[in-house]
Amino acid sequence: MNTRFAARLLYTMLASGTLLLAGAVRADTSTQDAIAEYREMFGDDNPAELWQARGEALWHEARGPQKANLEACDLGLGPGVIAGAYAQLPRWFADTGQVQDLETRLVTCVTSLQGIPRDDFLKVKFGDGEKKSELEALTAYVVAASRGKPLTLPLKHPAEQAAFDLGKAVFRYRAGPHDFACATCHGEPGKRIRLQELPQLNTALGAREAYTHWPAYRISQGELRSMEWRLQDCFRQQRLPQLKFGSEVAIGLTMYLAKTAEGGVLAAPGIKR
Amino acid sequence: MTVSSVGVLLAATLLAASLQTVAEEDAPYPAAAMQRSFEAKKQAGMDRLTQDEVQALCTRYTTATLPPAEAERVQKQSLSSVKPPADGQYLGDFKRGEKIAQTGTGLQSSDDPTKPNGGNCYACHQLAASELAYGTLGPSLQHYGKLRGQTPAALEAAWRKLYNSQADVPCSNMPRFGHQKILDEQQLKDLMALLFDPNSPVNQ
Amino acid sequence: MSDPMRIRAVANGDKVEVKILMSHVMETGQRKDADGAVVPAHYIVKVVGTCNGREVLSADWGPSVSKNPYLSFRFKGGAKGDKVKITWTDTAGEQRSDEVSVG
Repeated sequence: MNTRFAARLLYTMLASGTLLLAGAVRADTSTQDAIAEYREMFGDDNPAELWQARGEALWHEARGPQKANLEACDLGLGPGVIAGAYAQLPRWFADTGQVQDLETRLVTCVTSLQGIPRDDFLKVKFGDGEKKSELEALTAYVVAASRGKPLTLPLKHPAEQAAFDLGKAVFRYRAGPHDFACATCHGEPGKRIRLQELPQLNTALGAREAYTHWPAYRISQGELRSMEWRLQDCFRQQRLPQLKFGSEVAIGLTMYLAKTAEGGVLAAPGIKR
Repeated sequence: MTVSSVGVLLAATLLAASLQTVAEEDAPYPAAAMQRSFEAKKQAGMDRLTQDEVQALCTRYTTATLPPAEAERVQKQSLSSVKPPADGQYLGDFKRGEKIAQTGTGLQSSDDPTKPNGGNCYACHQLAASELAYGTLGPSLQHYGKLRGQTPAALEAAWRKLYNSQADVPCSNMPRFGHQKILDEQQLKDLMALLFDPNSPVNQ
Repeated sequence: MSDPMRIRAVANGDKVEVKILMSHVMETGQRKDADGAVVPAHYIVKVVGTCNGREVLSADWGPSVSKNPYLSFRFKGGAKGDKVKITWTDTAGEQRSDEVSVG
């Protein structure tokens, strides 16, 4: 190993391993700079690719009692079409009679096409180290196929409009011992919690900034995190009970955020601190 | 008409009324959908989804849009909930106060319920100059006591703000630390000392 | 079962730039789980890179490297079409190799 390489390797390790510890005690601007530097070092690479690759393999593999792959899965643009599919979700699906986000639609495909029981597939909804989530891998694969596509949510079906309305109302719903709502932290421009900048999610600008980069690889957790995870963890911090996966509030808030971010160009999976 | 049929009729009317309430709430104020979409987890029980009057009003309105009559009512009602310290002493230990201000845990489903709750003040406020990792959702509280002095009026106002922020600013974003029992009396006193003690890092 | 690495190797003049993403938990052995039990150490200790069988990188790693490590390096003497192979070995004795052609 030559000296130059050693220095470079050390740099890579420092940046990927200990950067956040250093960033936490510095002023906010340098933390933002350090995260930008980290992103730049990766260039087009993102550890989310590891999830995408796993998802791609799962998509094409014949599995479950029906020994079928997912190539006939209809995500709203017709069976097997994944390019651009994430940019028009959530949406209403005639076969289930429901508004579904990407994650709940993937559950429909896995259960109906492959015959895998819902509870088996959802045993690991959110990955944690050695416990890997098939749902997150498939999500990453499908999401990446919408990179560069603008979010388009016409809300033509009344159920889609109802989901949006519900999400909009939930965004302001104050409850729990701390009286928190989504709007408490995400309702004003240019605010932050500690050093974490907060996107104003009830404006197009803020919603685009956030929504177009989710799902995202969280550097601090070493995991790819989905939108369902993001919402559930926000409610945990609001001191509320646990948001149920695929519940009407989960779908409604996702619809509200996606519609508010409409026109934003997808760059997910992103990289977050 | 027999007594039992009155009962049935009454029950049917009540049912119709409650269905209508659910439908109304579902449209702009989604209490029923919230109930259906969550499940209890450890100390975060389903009761936490039920709004009190202030929460319901402040869901519908913000400080800026709250009608004056409602604002007055919220303020009056909140003021009546504020309990001054039993021994009349407002100031505790600023060092313990700083620790409470730094602690962000408490009452989340992921927190250890046997540990004291934090105040998490730095999440939203600037306090000690040495702490650079402060949030900006609330105003800076640097030099809080130095600027005001320990007058009875200043002490009472700060206590009121900590105990029930709605008594000062209806539909404030700030949690009601005393009223909602997030912090106990001693913890509130320690935070008061953090704000007012001349030796506190806030006043350096 | 470990997941495949993502490897990119691109020739640029007389140098080849290699970028690798590895899927690994990189448990330090210092962390405790929700129940307070120590999570056993499990991390990569050795990374070897070869180009057509010739060793171009050998690195000893420890617990301070992040989860899902990213590594990039350059070496001289490679050309388009050469086979770059990366192998890691971890504390559990597991080994994983993946190969890519230089583009």
